[in-house]
Amino acid sequence: MATFTLPRNSTIQPGKTYKAPPGAKNVKAFRIYRWDPDSGENPRTDTYEIDLDQCGPMVLDALIKIKNEVDSTLTFRRSCREGICGSCSMNIDGLNTLACLKPIEDVKGEVRIYPLPHMPVVKDLVPDLSQLYAQLRSIEPWLKADTPPPPDAERRQSREERARLDGLWECILCFCCSTACPSYWWNGDRYLGPAVLLQAYRWIADSRDEHTGERLDQLEDPFRLYRCHTIMNCTRTCPKGLNPAAAIGKIKQLLVERQG
Amino acid sequence: MAEDQVRTTTLRTPLGRVRGLGSAKSGVRHWWVQRVTSAALLPLTLWFVISAALLAGATHAETVAWIARPWNAVLLLLTIGLSFYHTALGAQVIFEDYINQEWLRMAYILGVKALCWLLGLAAALAVLRIAV
Repeated sequence: MATFTLPRNSTIQPGKTYKAPPGAKNVKAFRIYRWDPDSGENPRTDTYEIDLDQCGPMVLDALIKIKNEVDSTLTFRRSCREGICGSCSMNIDGLNTLACLKPIEDVKGEVRIYPLPHMPVVKDLVPDLSQLYAQLRSIEPWLKADTPPPPDAERRQSREERARLDGLWECILCFCCSTACPSYWWNGDRYLGPAVLLQAYRWIADSRDEHTGERLDQLEDPFRLYRCHTIMNCTRTCPKGLNPAAAIGKIKQLLVERQG
Repeated sequence: MAEDQVRTTTLRTPLGRVRGLGSAKSGVRHWWVQRVTSAALLPLTLWFVISAALLAGATHAETVAWIARPWNAVLLLLTIGLSFYHTALGAQVIFEDYINQEWLRMAYILGVKALCWLLGLAAALAVLRIAV
């Protein structure tokens, strides 16, 4: 059966509190999930008090400040700090989002930060995403065409055909949506999840691709596709404002269409 | 959980695990029929609830006569058939969601199908014995 409680070695213990420097006027507390695989201890939540007058506006700014000035052992992924690389996806204030796009002032009270839910944790805020990357690879997210491209020219699309990819190409693969999906939590080993299904639809919807039928064949499966019950957590959580649930709905619609 | 054990001890690559046994190439019919039956059951259930409410206070003979009327019998049989069909399809989805062990999941799905057939046939027979 699905497990609804954490195993004993995963239950979270109270951790340390790092006080704000004396004289700080604009203090905000950040309660952050910590787990070190080498320590053999249970995970804990450490609280860091930060002077917001000395910190940038986004949650990622606070995380970088903590790592640089308070506790260099805090581990998290980040790269572009402008919402295009998808590295700093984590659960902030109960919602999966990108730390670099989440303003600190949007969070009331202390800022609670956890890794993406229901993924194996590598360390602190770094989840193991290898299953998600393998699932993305499995849907072959690249153009597949048997007709060779015109000599010395690109494959052409009409404006309307190109417009069909809007709302799909913008996905940065941060996996906020897949890790917010209860169906993915229960059956992630077989269900592809919203991020990968949105990518699958991105290639199904591409007018230049000639393998639409094979792509649909690969998706038509009670687990790979039909674990989606339109719960809509994916669409609610997407930091880029995309709608994976709608893309999955389109795939289901095409499968009904082709059976005649 | 048994599956977590497998996940941590297997040396198979993530891509090999994800591709697994491949696509079942089915599921669209189940999904579509579940939606069609739910749409059909909207008017049928409404008709049944209103009819049952109007029969409140009727005598046994009046109720039997109502069931025996051809259109009522046909609509009753339809309601019974589609309700149990829809129930079996919906329950299967729930079991697929929450039961990880293959054999247990299959047992539950077969069990609920058997139960739906049994109850559906019994209900249909009751209508037919009155109507025919």
